[in-house]
Amino acid sequence: MTRRNIIALALSLGVGLALVARLAVAADMPGVTATEVKIGHTNPYSGNASAYGTIGKAIAAYFKKMNDEGGINGRKINFVTYDDGYSPPKTVEMVRRLIEQDEVAFLFNTLGTPTNSAIHKYMNQMKVPQLFVATGATKWGDPQNFPWTMGWQPTYQAEGHIYAQYVLKNVPNAKIGILYQNDDYGKDYVKGLKDGLGDAAKKLIVMEQTYETSDPTIDSQIVNLKNSGANVFYNVTIPKYAAQAIKKTAEIGWKPLHLLNNVSNSVGAVLKPAGLQNSKDIVSTFYLKDPTDPTWQNDAGYKDWLAFMKKYYPEGDLSDLGNVYGYTVAQGLVQVLKQCGNDLSRENVMKQAASIKGLSLPMLLPGVKVNTGPTDFYPIEQEQLAKFDGERWVLFGEIYDASKK
Amino acid sequence: MSGAGLRRAVVLAAVVVACVLPFVLSNFRLFQFTQVFIYAIALLGLNILTGFNGQISLGHGAFYAVGAYTTAIMIDKWNVPYGWTIPVAGLLCLVVGFLFGIPALRLEGLYLALATFALALAIPQILKYFEHWTGGSQGIVLSKPRAPFGLTLNPDQWLYFVTLGVLLVLFVLAANLLSRRTGRAIVAIRDNPIAAQAMGVNNALYKSLTFGVSAAYTGVAGALSAVAIAFVAPDTFNVFLSITFLVGIVIGGLASISGAVFGALFIQFVPNWAQDISKAAPWAIYGIFLITFMYAMPRGIAGSLRLVLGRLARLSGGTRRVA
Amino acid sequence: MDIFVQQVVSGLATGGIYGSLALALVMIYQATDVVNYAQGEMAMFSTYLAWTLINAGLPYWVAFAATLAIAFVGGLAIERVVIRPVENAPVLTIVIVCIGLLVILNSVAGWVYSYIQKPFPSPFPEKPIRIGNVFFGAHDLGALGVTLVVLLSLYVFFRYTTLGLAMRAAAQNPVSSRLCGIRVGWMLAVGWGLAALVGAVAGMMVAPVVFLDPNMMGGILIYAFASATLGGFTSPGGAVLGGLIVGVIENLVGTYVRFIGTELKLTVALAVILVVLIVKPSGLFGRAAVHRV
Repeated sequence: MTRRNIIALALSLGVGLALVARLAVAADMPGVTATEVKIGHTNPYSGNASAYGTIGKAIAAYFKKMNDEGGINGRKINFVTYDDGYSPPKTVEMVRRLIEQDEVAFLFNTLGTPTNSAIHKYMNQMKVPQLFVATGATKWGDPQNFPWTMGWQPTYQAEGHIYAQYVLKNVPNAKIGILYQNDDYGKDYVKGLKDGLGDAAKKLIVMEQTYETSDPTIDSQIVNLKNSGANVFYNVTIPKYAAQAIKKTAEIGWKPLHLLNNVSNSVGAVLKPAGLQNSKDIVSTFYLKDPTDPTWQNDAGYKDWLAFMKKYYPEGDLSDLGNVYGYTVAQGLVQVLKQCGNDLSRENVMKQAASIKGLSLPMLLPGVKVNTGPTDFYPIEQEQLAKFDGERWVLFGEIYDASKK
Repeated sequence: MSGAGLRRAVVLAAVVVACVLPFVLSNFRLFQFTQVFIYAIALLGLNILTGFNGQISLGHGAFYAVGAYTTAIMIDKWNVPYGWTIPVAGLLCLVVGFLFGIPALRLEGLYLALATFALALAIPQILKYFEHWTGGSQGIVLSKPRAPFGLTLNPDQWLYFVTLGVLLVLFVLAANLLSRRTGRAIVAIRDNPIAAQAMGVNNALYKSLTFGVSAAYTGVAGALSAVAIAFVAPDTFNVFLSITFLVGIVIGGLASISGAVFGALFIQFVPNWAQDISKAAPWAIYGIFLITFMYAMPRGIAGSLRLVLGRLARLSGGTRRVA
Repeated sequence: MDIFVQQVVSGLATGGIYGSLALALVMIYQATDVVNYAQGEMAMFSTYLAWTLINAGLPYWVAFAATLAIAFVGGLAIERVVIRPVENAPVLTIVIVCIGLLVILNSVAGWVYSYIQKPFPSPFPEKPIRIGNVFFGAHDLGALGVTLVVLLSLYVFFRYTTLGLAMRAAAQNPVSSRLCGIRVGWMLAVGWGLAALVGAVAGMMVAPVVFLDPNMMGGILIYAFASATLGGFTSPGGAVLGGLIVGVIENLVGTYVRFIGTELKLTVALAVILVVLIVKPSGLFGRAAVHRV
């Protein structure tokens, strides 16, 4: 054996030993190897809710960008995403596939309230993090009973509170008419408003109307709301119906104070189709930068996002807020992984996710920060009101913080 | 070997394999097969109605929902052991199905399909309306049952055997029902209602009863699914579920008992393959699978198998005569 | 009183939408005895084509006409290529192929055009017509007018043209028609083409109201089924009228039956349809099927 060979052997032995050592560390870290961390995700890529599919694609694109830039702490992200068609049984099946078969380290940004509800108990029994779920229901921030589940975006109820305060302060003789989707999302928004109005709720709310996502139009509901004499219109609808509602209120000559939920305040996807003139003076709340709002055209964060979209997700729609959402939540996770350092055990992932302090992300509204703590599982709780001036959203007032109530 | 003997051997072999699987496969795979069994029961129910009796239903998702919610509510509100809730769910669906079958008697073909479709459409709304019982859109969360009597089976293995047991019982019952007088009457109504009536079959009674039995099967499947998934919510029981059942029986093979199993395998696994091929447009791939299957086997998997087996039997019969 | 009239008007407007797609369903059913589940998605796809043409700078009516032509050829091609191989299979097999077509078209549209809803222009003025306190959307009136024009054209076509008569003959008695020299296979294809064309009109009239997105026809198809069933699957006029009735009933139930409210209005509307069907099993205007013993 030549000397060179001996050196080579020794070297490879050394490297091998080092690898074994790292693997030993990784042994109690499912889904984690020396070179990669495996992350699971479900999203509706097919079926009625397939419009949300773009969030999963944007997240995957962002992780590809991170991997191209060398990964996080030397590890690449292996992002495994499955289609659940927004059907709870399918979510259960896909999540079990992720955890029991693919052996991912944890779940991230699984989408939908009923779908996440179906796996809520399972995840906490298995003690696998269900991190930054993509739903605004209130139940995801309950560390006492569900220490492995954490929300992400401001809750629907918190947003409802903001509108309630706005109405109480600014509309002296308010008569509120509500249109909401007949499910947990709609009901959470209504509950938030009612809680915020307090005892006045019964007196101020003059009519509540609902719709189902199978309804082709909501014209009839708008006619009823106008007829109720309401001067405030609380519009809790998804983009399709929000645009219809804006157009229809203008068409039948109803001019209430229009409060539009955050879910549907995209200029490109809602206000433009409904008509910018019809949308004038609508009030809504924000925590993300709307990519179709001219306000942000020269913003550095927006430009980075645009460059990212062009390079990593060129087929993505630039007017789709889902792509901003996915980009931002992926950045939130990257922060958690960075904080974890070399310890990517499930306990530590959860611990680090619960210790984010004052994190600003480029596509969050200026002043809105991500904050979590051992008892605070609501990462984003700040929002700001804005009024549409016929061309762009104009932010006004202070930044509301739901954690400081 | 005769055709019937061959069939019995195949079925026996399949049952043996099914009993061994829990000790070979991972829990996740077992869960998938549990779902296949549940779908198979639901599909058999629909097949009794649509395949054998000729009444097209686009609304069996509704009975599946009634079964699932019966079980979920009984467990959640009254702490009834899940084993008791399953027959109750079946009985309730039998009654509901029978009652729905009476007005449906007046409707034929397309109009019946649309009437049942209306049922499937209305069910999520109704579930949300009775929020006090159903938990509204939040649904009801249940716990997975453990194996009783100190059996050393994990919950997935136990549920697998429970579902397999229910499946076998219901399939044997259906096979008995369909191969006798009643079965011939049911099929006769499909093939020629007027002749059947003339032969003394009480069409109205048989049709409503078939509706009831069919709904009961699907209801039992729904009840099992509530236990297996440990969660029910209105979003599960949308219109597409009913359409998926229809896809299942046609792909599996109309008027065939084994077809229900093939159909169940298809609706469980093919969408998964489709999304593994393309995340960009999983439904496009699924659609191509659907159409290709129908081209290759216009009478479903069971129909094609029957053809092949028939030919084989004739071939072997022929050679025997020569020898 | 105002609210009643306004609800009826708005019900007629949505009912017109249901009716126009129901018309396409009835077309294909009459020509081929198949309920085409892909009808809604075909209409949606045609509307995207129209959107592409309009965005390319074509004037509305040119794009409209071009879309009709493309839809006709497309429908014809789908029958020849996709449906033909299962032409002689059981009806349910054809239904499953249609469902396959539905999911393919839906998925491909989302993939190509994204799921973000797009505004679609209306050829009619934007300003509503106001009589007293009741508002009539100009587009709603126009769309209803277009649907009636389509209905009338179909009537004339099937009643007075050779092709139309040949199609009816082929559907009613394929064997005798073939003996008379009618090419039955092609008549089926033309039936699909015409239905696709009618569907395209429906899509272009619907899109300005519900906005253009890949799932825009999902809910409408369901109501179109209900409308066609109520009116009778054998009667084009009945289908349109069925749509109007469904639209109005639904609105009035949602408005006046207080304890039901909007949460169960679809359920109640469906129940009403069921009751009608039990009394008249072939729909309000359909012919009862005659059984040959």
